[in-house]
Amino acid sequence: MSPAEKPAPIEVHDLTVAYRHRPVLWDIDVTLPEGNLIAICGPNGAGKSTLIKAIMGLVPLASGKVEIFGKPAKQGRSLIAYVPQRESVDWDFPTTALDVVLMGRYGHLPLFGRPRKRDREIARQSLEKVGMLEFANRQISQLSGGQQQRVFLARALAQQTRVYLMDEPFAGVDASTEKAIVVLLRELREQGCTVAVVHHDLQSVPEYFDTVMLLNLRMVAFGPVESTFTTENLNKTYGGRLNLLTEVGEKLRKSEWSARQ
Amino acid sequence: MNHGLWIMLVGSLAAAACAMVGCFLVLRKQAMMGDAISHSVLPGIVLAFLISGSRSPLPMLIGAGSLGLLTAFLTGALERHGRLQPDASIGVTFTWLFAVGVIMVSAFAGQVDLDTDCVLYGEIAASPWDIWLIGDTSLGPRAVWILGAITVLNLAFIGLGYKQLKLTSFDPGLAAAVGINVQLWHYLLMGFVSLTTVGAFESVGAILVVAMLIVPPNTAYLLTDRLSRMIMLSVVFGVLSAIGGYWLAAQLDGSIAGAIAVVSGAFFVAAMLFSPTHGVIAGYISSRNTYTTFPEEPEAQPRA
Repeated sequence: MSPAEKPAPIEVHDLTVAYRHRPVLWDIDVTLPEGNLIAICGPNGAGKSTLIKAIMGLVPLASGKVEIFGKPAKQGRSLIAYVPQRESVDWDFPTTALDVVLMGRYGHLPLFGRPRKRDREIARQSLEKVGMLEFANRQISQLSGGQQQRVFLARALAQQTRVYLMDEPFAGVDASTEKAIVVLLRELREQGCTVAVVHHDLQSVPEYFDTVMLLNLRMVAFGPVESTFTTENLNKTYGGRLNLLTEVGEKLRKSEWSARQ
Repeated sequence: MNHGLWIMLVGSLAAAACAMVGCFLVLRKQAMMGDAISHSVLPGIVLAFLISGSRSPLPMLIGAGSLGLLTAFLTGALERHGRLQPDASIGVTFTWLFAVGVIMVSAFAGQVDLDTDCVLYGEIAASPWDIWLIGDTSLGPRAVWILGAITVLNLAFIGLGYKQLKLTSFDPGLAAAVGINVQLWHYLLMGFVSLTTVGAFESVGAILVVAMLIVPPNTAYLLTDRLSRMIMLSVVFGVLSAIGGYWLAAQLDGSIAGAIAVVSGAFFVAAMLFSPTHGVIAGYISSRNTYTTFPEEPEAQPRA
């Protein structure tokens, strides 16, 4: 990288992550370009969530390093908003939707500081952007799965950063929430933000995203959707079982859908 | 002040201090860490007795505090490196440390002013006679001062670290991402649980202190949807249990510590049945209404 070039939002160098001496991510080398909507795809156990967690410093690295806007990850991490999987927290926690969104402001507060009026305003605006303002004072266990996901997205928005890492935001949400998330992602891209999303539904990749990362322990392919999201690359990623996988996925989705009705 | 009032004050302070930190144990699903710490501080207390040769509170708090942190550290280490489940690693750690403490109590019985009965059940009835003397001036029961100080410390800890405690309890991933040291706050909480436990230990004993740490926060959890209110309510229920327990024990001429735990259990059962939002009865009524009025509505219904 020449010094005149602006540092990329996220650069990952030779990253390897192991769990109990078994590698779950092997030698990942990638630069996420600014202002892109990036889908991270791959079969189960491919290390998609692990990659995000490694960037966020939530799992120990066996080797390699992560740079955020040219800074070591430790200093740059506050510039990333992270949306974990919905199941990662206890939704029976005694707190309201607005409170959860306010947590996105905690990184901006001094050590013993409390959220101020301005933080509350930002939190309410964020809830409004995901269409959840009317639920601001609702206890979080009383929200549907899709509403909970929107609260998580609002929390990320409240962090007011330029880079977003989202772990399966589309998992188990209804059609209206899916639409709301897509609108939000496009808005973020228009503002020049970089968003990387772990995504399972291969069919919607070309419609929702402009860049795709195909991952299966190693990086199989990374680049613009038009040139990278090819049958050949997908077969490499999913080991030729793609037809079977889509069929199974399709059936599962249909049965989930009918169960929800 | 008559000694019944002193006992109620000691019980109330112990219950209030326990309830405050207990809320976070319950929300972190680490309720049994309270049980573990309350038992494993025993060798720390005995060591402090042996080294300092006195019952002054400071060495006791240091001894108990370090054993409490050791317990938290060992359970974490066993979980990570010994491939044990959290409950199993807690079981291994605290029984072992408590057993070491029991051996120490019996081996050094001559030098240590503690017996196993007192360790297990406490002696709150004796607390008004254990007066803190400076020269010839009586400052009142020592337990009131110790528990009062611990209550104030807990209040300060939760007041200052509210946001960190809340976020590390709800979403440790986000906490780490925004730069909060999750491990540090875990060990700080465990340290305060240890201090609280050793303060309440003398009054209510190693077994019933768990009731003070866990039962009032769970009662409060059933009655509110806000963390701040949950903490306040749990203190209220803790204090009511202490006062009600003293009254019950006086009526029955029985164990005060036991009666406190029984009353606090009764509050919990009442909350479980009658809580307007999370109670069994309210749940039954609202589920009947939901299914008869909106059978096709899959979204969560507001429970207000």
